[in-house]
Amino acid sequence: MENFEPIIVAFCCHYCAYTAADMAGSKRLSYPPNVKIIKAPCSGKIDAIHIMQALQKGADGVYVAGCLEGDCHFKSGNTRAAQRVSYIKKLLEEIGIEGERVEMFTMSAGMGERFAEVATEFTEKIRKMGPNPIKRAAKAAC
Amino acid sequence: MKTDSLLEKIFASGQLALTSECGPPRGAAPDKVREKAELLRGCVDGVNVTDNQTAMVRMSSLAACIILKQMGLNPILQMVTRDRNRLALQSDVIGAYSHGIDTMICLSGDHPHFGDHPMAANVHDLDSVQFVNMVKNMRDDGKFQGGADIDTPPKMFIGAAANPFADPFELRVSRLAKKAKAGADFIQTQCIYNVDKFEKWMEGVRDRGLDKEIYIMAGITPMKSAGMAKYMKNKVPGMDVPDEMVKRMSGVPKEKQAEEGIKICLETMERLKGVKGVAGFHLMAIEWEHRVKEIVERAGLLPRPQF
Amino acid sequence: MITAERKPMEEILEYVRPCQRILLVGCNECVTVCAAGGRKEVGLLSSALQMAAMKEGRTLEVKEITLERQCDPEYVEELASQVGDAEAIVSMACGCGVQELARRYKSMRVYPAVNTKFMGASERQGVWAERCQGCGDCLLGITGGVCPIARCSKQLMNGPCGGSTKGKCEISQDVDCAWQLIWDRLKALGVEDRYEENIPAKDWRTGRGGGPRKIIREDLAQ
Repeated sequence: MENFEPIIVAFCCHYCAYTAADMAGSKRLSYPPNVKIIKAPCSGKIDAIHIMQALQKGADGVYVAGCLEGDCHFKSGNTRAAQRVSYIKKLLEEIGIEGERVEMFTMSAGMGERFAEVATEFTEKIRKMGPNPIKRAAKAAC
Repeated sequence: MKTDSLLEKIFASGQLALTSECGPPRGAAPDKVREKAELLRGCVDGVNVTDNQTAMVRMSSLAACIILKQMGLNPILQMVTRDRNRLALQSDVIGAYSHGIDTMICLSGDHPHFGDHPMAANVHDLDSVQFVNMVKNMRDDGKFQGGADIDTPPKMFIGAAANPFADPFELRVSRLAKKAKAGADFIQTQCIYNVDKFEKWMEGVRDRGLDKEIYIMAGITPMKSAGMAKYMKNKVPGMDVPDEMVKRMSGVPKEKQAEEGIKICLETMERLKGVKGVAGFHLMAIEWEHRVKEIVERAGLLPRPQF
Repeated sequence: MITAERKPMEEILEYVRPCQRILLVGCNECVTVCAAGGRKEVGLLSSALQMAAMKEGRTLEVKEITLERQCDPEYVEELASQVGDAEAIVSMACGCGVQELARRYKSMRVYPAVNTKFMGASERQGVWAERCQGCGDCLLGITGGVCPIARCSKQLMNGPCGGSTKGKCEISQDVDCAWQLIWDRLKALGVEDRYEENIPAKDWRTGRGGGPRKIIREDLAQ
């Protein structure tokens, strides 16, 4: 537990969060290496199953980062993504996994600081929560 | 005369008929029925006995009607199609008539959603219009709904309800016409607070000559307090309580609100006496049975006619 | 379509807890359209069940299949080669599909993963509402295309009760008064007179009153 390094999967929209990550990089803003970024053409393209499978395959936390409200390149992809995230939260709670392991964030392409901040805060939150319970159980079984 | 109902005789004589209400207790407490009903003796021509009103389980209407009958009162059997299919309805109608109960009201009933058994299945095999028609055919043709002959048909005087204030207003007269066509002999209306709107409805009723086909009893409920007025206005579906009424009730001190409610009720009755086509009053004094005598007396409706 | 909703996870978990291998079967028809039991939902449930098992320190193998139609024997037959060593079948189809699987695979335990709700239509994205109760004797021709049996809370056939307020049913602001809808349609069609006709007591034999129903088309039946 002491040296627990969470695995975080961040699904990032090409039009905002992914560019914001670039911006963070070019501004030399540091954020935890725990965050594995997966680029998506739109946050709305991230299906519920992608989030579920990320967790199933060992992620400790997953977040979707899309455009600011009203700024989706495809009009409403980000609101759909937010709806899916809240659906997955409920589903996870139903099987006894904390819904907080999944979040939705919004930002614009220029918000490098916000990207780094979100990545840091989310990683710290998951670090405090501890490993994904399905991994804990597997470890206990060993 | 279609029946031996006292109510029918009073209507036929052209005098204003008067009915009130007695809600059976929520338990096997016949004395409670007697106690409430006793308060109405000599004040009214018939006492509606409600049927699991507001979809809460109570002593059956039929059983409570029999108690009233044994007391020498004149019960009016209310029945709802919510809880019984056509077999059960018909058997209860002939059962009631066998106990000398000759007047009834056919209703669809409050939805279980409002009661204490929201998990119950709704029956609604018939609606209220079809129920009226079934009882009429039992009486006039001596036939069960399934077509078989009835050995000694029940001669029921058939009532139904009407709410002139519910939406859509424009079809409320037609709805009454359907009940009349189905065979209803009399109607008891929803509580009237908005007399202007009621008069407008009555105008439509007279235009179609329905007041000649069916006796209309105006529904009256005295307000006990400003709180009750507000509750009726905001919480009871299909109830039309004008703002002025709430204001008037709120405008008097709490201890005088009951008297104000009775005053309003008497003024309303006085005004309705002048509305052509109003054949009587149905006084729903909810848990206020002990004030009925006073109201009736002050309305100048005592003594009640004898036949 | 026939609409359905996924059962609470705890109930599904209860069914599959003793199993190590299950077959999770979706249906491409109605339950796909109402997002309850199509390919996507099969994937999600499969993932959730596996995670739940892992969390409890068990492993659960889930084979996912979505049939074209679970209520047709021809398609249900496709599972024959897939049943293999599965200990149970979990169906995400409506009750018809679940029963077809149970009928065909007699020695298998078959569990429902959805609650079948009603015959309805999509009101808007993600919202489905009841439209038909399959009474077997359609009244829509005289009620302006709005069904009072499926859509009036009291199933009234001769007009609105006294609780109709501003177009809404007395039981909830979220429920339209069916008779307001009927009346509006009759007016729009200029056939208000139709309202005046008393609709007689219904013969429920064509509905559930007559016991389980069957349709036999002589020209098609073999």
